[in-house]
Amino acid sequence: MSDDAIVRIEGVTKTFAGNVTVVDRVDLRVGRGEFFALLGPSGCGKTTLLRMIAGFELPTDGRIVIDGEDMSTTPPNQRPINMVFQSYAVFPHMTVAKNVAYGLKVEGVAEAEIGPRVEEVLNLVKLKGYGARLPNQLSGGQRQRVALARALVKRPKVLLLDEPLSALDAKLREAMQLELVRLQHAVGITFIIVTHDQKEALSMADRIAVMESGKIRQLDTPERLYEYPSNRFVADFIGKMNLFEGKVVTREGARLLVDVTGLGRISVPHEDDIAVSIGVAVRPEKISLYRARPADSAITLQGIVTNLAYLGESLQIFLETESGNQLIISQTNVSRSGSGAPRKGENLWCSWQAADTLLLQD
Amino acid sequence: MESWRRSPKTFLALGLPPTAWLLLFFLIPIGIVWAFSFGEKVGIVDIDITGTFANYDRAFEAVYLQIMVKSLIMAGLTTLVCIAVGFPVAFLITFAPARWKPWLLLLIILPFWTNLLIRTYAMIAVLRTNNGFLNMGLEAIWDAADAVTGLFGLAALGAFQPWDILYSDAAVLIGMVYVFLPFAVLPLYSTLERLDTNFLEASLDLGAGHLKTFFSIVVPLAGPGIASAVIITFIPALGSFLQPDLLGGTDSQLIANVIERQFLSANDWPFGGALSFLLMYITFIAIAARAFLTRPNERRGSLPA
Ligand SMILES: Nc1ncnc2c1ncn2[C@@H]1O[C@H](COP(=O)(O)OP(=O)(O)OP(=O)(O)O)[C@@H](O)[C@H]1O
Ligand SMILES: [Mg+2]
Repeated sequence: MSDDAIVRIEGVTKTFAGNVTVVDRVDLRVGRGEFFALLGPSGCGKTTLLRMIAGFELPTDGRIVIDGEDMSTTPPNQRPINMVFQSYAVFPHMTVAKNVAYGLKVEGVAEAEIGPRVEEVLNLVKLKGYGARLPNQLSGGQRQRVALARALVKRPKVLLLDEPLSALDAKLREAMQLELVRLQHAVGITFIIVTHDQKEALSMADRIAVMESGKIRQLDTPERLYEYPSNRFVADFIGKMNLFEGKVVTREGARLLVDVTGLGRISVPHEDDIAVSIGVAVRPEKISLYRARPADSAITLQGIVTNLAYLGESLQIFLETESGNQLIISQTNVSRSGSGAPRKGENLWCSWQAADTLLLQD
Repeated sequence: MESWRRSPKTFLALGLPPTAWLLLFFLIPIGIVWAFSFGEKVGIVDIDITGTFANYDRAFEAVYLQIMVKSLIMAGLTTLVCIAVGFPVAFLITFAPARWKPWLLLLIILPFWTNLLIRTYAMIAVLRTNNGFLNMGLEAIWDAADAVTGLFGLAALGAFQPWDILYSDAAVLIGMVYVFLPFAVLPLYSTLERLDTNFLEASLDLGAGHLKTFFSIVVPLAGPGIASAVIITFIPALGSFLQPDLLGGTDSQLIANVIERQFLSANDWPFGGALSFLLMYITFIAIAARAFLTRPNERRGSLPA
């Protein structure tokens, strides 16, 4: 079966001693040249899955196929894959250049070729002129670039990155996110990155697999994950979400009539079949606020502002409805004066379009 | 530490006894020996401290110099073997399953529970020519080999000739390695324990084999631990006298045996003192060399020992 998948993971399970299943029948395909992210809360098995792809852990069950070849049990030094470790693991007793050259030396690349290739990759990660330095003479960000250069110089088919940015400060982390995307475009290598930071995954990846307790809960593009989460976990994990409990009353063609606690009956467009007990969700920025009852909107609620959180580019408004539901509403701070912004204790109307409402099962 | 300075009375109360102990039973005796080394023997028990360097001159006579060099070589060889054997042992314990580790470490320190003299005597039982365990083992292998060659119709190997290893330098070396091996394993283990396994995985990930990883990554990063192990093995090995005494031949004596003889049978304390201090100076040089060698390593970020 030849296709464009560079990594194919088929029913991979990892059970550690003591019968803890950390990765549970995971199936996924990573396309050639794709920037792929594994996203999930701490302890969900992201690192374990990545280490199985790298060859540091053997799957208890299932297959790992790399570029059409079953490599489930191939040792790490024989896989066309390189890894950037969370701790970087830059060899402290070798200079930057020696660190980068290490992988080429053990591969038996001719001495004359090593020099230029090391130079080239150091240029690529913007470390030109740092070759003679020792790792402890570098900043955290620079050490990370060395780890990156050391892996890239091997020209792997797949580059694995385990939380590569988690040790950097917020500003540098954002810069490196762009940098990694630029690099990935420049070298055309498939990147698989592990992160628990949803913003990081959303901003960098072409596709994201969201994991929970060893299982993939949704695999999609960033836009689809955010706008069309397929279950409560993903909806809640990615971004902020207002969630109500509801029951499906009846189907009306392409729409469902849903009875929502504290909202009443609403009609929501939904083609697929769904369970009876469901979650009804809407993103904070999809909700508009009014001082008077809006005329036409589909879903309307009244409530009191209980709290405000100023986030710089946006304002988060916490609204408590008469029925006791808590809502978060996000408003972009489009003007500097902030005049007309909601005040604490104010009684406001909010509304959103039925089309922006999500119905979630499990 | 700060609080200690603020309550000097407690500090004094706790610090005085050990200080007095060290002064009385270590520094003063060593000072006396040092003074004796510049003295002359005038009677059976009387020593005149005349400030002479004659004892040191004598220490540099060819016979003693030869023994000193031989002692350095034996201690060096012991250290070399202990490191070469101890490193893989420490490495294996480090990467053994967690629940095995305490037991494996226990095996390493188990010999300390038995008196050194008894352990050294035990080596006699192992190494001796008649009914020694080593020779019994070798004989069994020999007989088995003989049987096999007989099976294939080859010429018989002949009667087994036992190995006369006891009372030789080789036996002394075996005895010393046997005694000092735990000293080498423990500091190596404590360094390897703290080695970040990501370094090893990174090396494998970059395509290196296990052997390459071991020599290019593990050994350099364990540098300070190796230095500690070398010092902690070499210094006592240089002062060992029991193994040459019990396992060595007449020509196997080392510098510590010469020193022992000066104080006990020869009753020449000034000469014994001079030899003792020369040995101590060599030890200082070794420690200084270790400090000098490991400093650049620590700067480079490898692990402290
Ligand atoms: N060698 C091991 N033996 C037993 N359990 C392990 C082992 N390695 C990991 N685990 C467990 O497997 C689970 C998943 O670990 P993993 O490192 O894959 O999580 P993660 O998703 O990378 O989390 P984080 O975001 O915190 O790094 C954890 O509960 C962890 O305790
Ligand atoms: Mg992890």
